[in-house]
Order: sequence, then C-alpha cells, then structure tokens
Amino acid sequence: MARYALRCAVLVYLLFLLILPVALISWRTFGEGIGSFVGALTTHSALHAFRVTLVVAGWAGALNTVFGVLAALLLVRHRFPGKRLLGILIDLPLAVSPVVAGLALILVYGRFAPVGGWLEDRGIQIVFSTPGMVLATVFVCLPLVVRAIVPALEEMGDEQEQAARTLGAGGWQTFRRITVPGIRAALGYGIVLSLARALGEYGAVAVVSGRTVDQTQTLTLFVEERFQNFDAHASYAAALALAAIAVTSLLVTRLLRPEDGS
Amino acid sequence: MPTFEKTREAPAAGVGTATIFLSAVVLIPLGTVLWKGTAQGPAAFWDAITAPDACAALRLTVAASVVVALVNLVMGTLIAWVLVRDPFPGRGLIDLLIDLPFALPTIVAGLVLLALYGTDSPVGITLAYTRAGVVVALLFVTLPFVVRTVQPVLLELDGEMEQAAASLGAGSWTIFRRIILPNLLPAMLAGTALAFTRSMAEFGSTVLISGNVPFKTQVAAVHVFGQIESDNTAAAAAVSTTLLMVSLLVLVTIDLVHRWGARRG
Repeated sequence: MARYALRCAVLVYLLFLLILPVALISWRTFGEGIGSFVGALTTHSALHAFRVTLVVAGWAGALNTVFGVLAALLLVRHRFPGKRLLGILIDLPLAVSPVVAGLALILVYGRFAPVGGWLEDRGIQIVFSTPGMVLATVFVCLPLVVRAIVPALEEMGDEQEQAARTLGAGGWQTFRRITVPGIRAALGYGIVLSLARALGEYGAVAVVSGRTVDQTQTLTLFVEERFQNFDAHASYAAALALAAIAVTSLLVTRLLRPEDGS
Repeated sequence: MPTFEKTREAPAAGVGTATIFLSAVVLIPLGTVLWKGTAQGPAAFWDAITAPDACAALRLTVAASVVVALVNLVMGTLIAWVLVRDPFPGRGLIDLLIDLPFALPTIVAGLVLLALYGTDSPVGITLAYTRAGVVVALLFVTLPFVVRTVQPVLLELDGEMEQAAASLGAGSWTIFRRIILPNLLPAMLAGTALAFTRSMAEFGSTVLISGNVPFKTQVAAVHVFGQIESDNTAAAAAVSTTLLMVSLLVLVTIDLVHRWGARRG
C-alpha cells in the first residue's frame, strides 16, 4: 500500500513538473501542422540564429575538447605545483551563475576594459561579437570534458602507455595509438555533453552577445526574443528544435556513458 | 633506458598552456568581478548589496533556494527510492526523463513551464509572475541533483542489513530511520547542496516565468543582468561577488560532507 502511495506521489510530481509542460509545448507546436513548424524554423532570422549557434558551439566544443584532454592528462598522469588549485579552478564554472560569467568576461574583454580596449585598438572585437560568445560558452562548459575523462584515465592506468614507450613510441604516437582509444567512450561522452550544453547556453551568451537580431543572436536568444515580441509560434518551434537536440544528446550520452552500474 | 615513475614530472609547455587558458577564461575574469565588487571599500560594497532592489532580489533568491533545496531533499530521495526499489512498468523511461532538465536549455525550461502555468493555463493553475512560479522553475532545473546522487548509493546498499533488522522485529519505519537513512544521508545532503547552489545561480529558466518584477519576482541573477544592461557594472559586480561567496561556501561545505561520508563509509 505504502509502495503505491510513494509511486503515485513521485509520478504526480514528475507529471506536473516535467512531463506535462514538455508534452504541452510539443502539442501546441505541432498542433498547427508540421508545415508551419518547418516554416517557423526556416525564416531568415531563425536560420541565421541556427548558424550562429553552430559556429559558437563548434568553436567552444573544439577548444574545450583540446583543453579538457590536456588538463585531464596533467591531473591524472603528472605532478606539478598548483595541481589541486587547477582542479578547483576547472570545477568552479559549475558553481558560477551564467550571468556572473558574462559580467566577468565583459569586465576584462569589454571595449572599455584594459584587455578589451587593447585588442579593440588592434581591430579585434571580443564582446558583442563571436569571440566573446565562444569565450562565454567555453567558460560554462569548461568542466564537462575534463570530468568525463579523468575517471577513464584513472581506471585505464598507465601500464600500456609505459609499454608503448619502452617499445620506442614517442609521446604523440603513444597518445594517439594508446591513450585516445582507451578513453574513447568517455571522451565521446564528454564531448556530447559539452556540445549539448553549448548549444543550449543562454545566460552567459545573453550578457556578452549584445543580443543583436540577425547578428549575434543564437537559437536560445531567438527563443526569448520571439516570445517577448509575441511571436509565440516561432518561439515554440525553436524551443522544440532545441529540446529535440537535448533529447538526442541525452540518448547518445546514455549509450556512451561509462559503466554506471545500471 | 629511461625509468618510469607512477606520475611523471609535468611538461612545462602543457602546464603553461593550461594555466594561460584557465587564467584567460576563468581566473582573471572572476578575479576582476571580485575586485570590481569590492574595490571601493567595504562600505560601498555594503551599500550596493543593501540597495532596496538588490537586497530584495538577494533575499528572494536565498529564500527560494532554501525552499527548493528542501523540496528536492524530500522529493529527490523519494524519486530515487521509487526508481531503485519499485520495479513498475515504464520505470526505465522515467529514469531517462530525470536527466532531461540538465539537457534542456534553461530558456526552453522556462518557456515550457510558462506554457503550462501561464496566464491561459490549460490546467487552471496560473503561476506566471509569481514567486511560486520562480520556485517551480528552480525545481524543474534542479530535479536531477538529489536523485542522481542518492540513486547509486541506494543501488549499492546491502539488503542484508535490512533483512537482519526485519528478522529482529524492526518495523519498516524503524528500518528506514535506523538503517537506510544514515547510509543515504551524506548523498542526500550533497545533492541538496548542489541543488541549492544551482538555484542561487539560476538565470535562464526564471527570466520568462518571473516576469522580472523588481521587489516581487526578480531573482539575483536577473537583477545582475538588469544592472549590466543599464551599464551599472559596479553594482552588478557587488551582487555577483555575494553570489560567488555563497557558492564557494556551499562548495566547501559539500567537500566537508564528502569527507564526512567517506569517513563513515
């Protein structure tokens, strides 16, 4: 009896918090037909927002992957002064509000900030432009790749890498032929996680992008701007496209996730 | 013949690259926020965070986060319990859905909640532009934290202790209170603390549903955003500094809880 009561409580909670809202927006979007859904997503602004999102997420994903692998190798395989500090700094973005992250970048790379002003004089604009949006996205996704591959590296151990080295393999060759294949699943998991987060980032990008329609507007900013301008249909359609990406990434990470005991 | 040790001395180029990258993206920007927030002395800092609108936003954020943390503590543990101990049809799907709030962009989370609980709510519950709406949005985005920290511990939990207790005549409530709860507590608290920090920091999901009404539904992150938009970066930095301090405090607490859990385990 108690078991059914608990089950019902949990299901009702999830129904009203999670299932109904997501189902309702799908129903409302597709209620007007698939043609109007596609139409709302192929307007000039929507397509531009798609492109901006892909460029920003692509760059951020690439930078985070390179940095993530480097940092994870340093943390697991090497010793150096300040190692604990490095670990803490990598985790920090998870605890920082996206808006604070955006503010932080503006204060350093904005036009009137020392670094930003210096770069501006040399024709490089960071804030209110793509590099700033990439930086903001890198900030919020920073821990994801590192945290995904650190356990895999630890579990793998370094016997194989040492064997390869004694057999005469160089550092790069060992990395490419032994390390990467060994952590492939975890690396894929981390990259998908970080790409999904990058595509969906809103707060930090909203601060540093300047939110100029058809210029620095990502898909998430498009959702908000369309909604505020009473174009709920376009807003729902873009939101649903983002949700579809989220669900896909969820399924992919489920497949890639290193053994979690289930 | 080179000799190998367990961990090698790190190559300077690698450490250098990682340090420069981290400094450029995280360390220097966050340091600048702290500096900008406190540069004009403690009195100016205090004035900035006790300005009526800033103070109202910070108060609401802390209060809402406490409520959200407590609801998550109870409901998250309950959900984890049902997912592990109650094999009902469709359990796999529910288990998959739990991660959805992490995968869904926060602005989309806010939009879907507004669709259901907005002014033309199909279920007759209107939470738009209310504090309850803010709490619901925060509950949505923090849903996975407690579930995902408690679930693995519950899976590992040995059924033999419970059987032993039952055979010695303990009722199910006594078993839960004396056997299960002490084992789950560190994980429950860690998950709750994570949910609390996330709530304190949350922005995207609350933007639409809160309607951004100062003194009523404006949370701290939205307040900071407004201050940045109106070029008032000093005030924005002061409130941000407060948020950073609270997050750091909670992270340190989580670390202590982890150690406490490890010592008990």
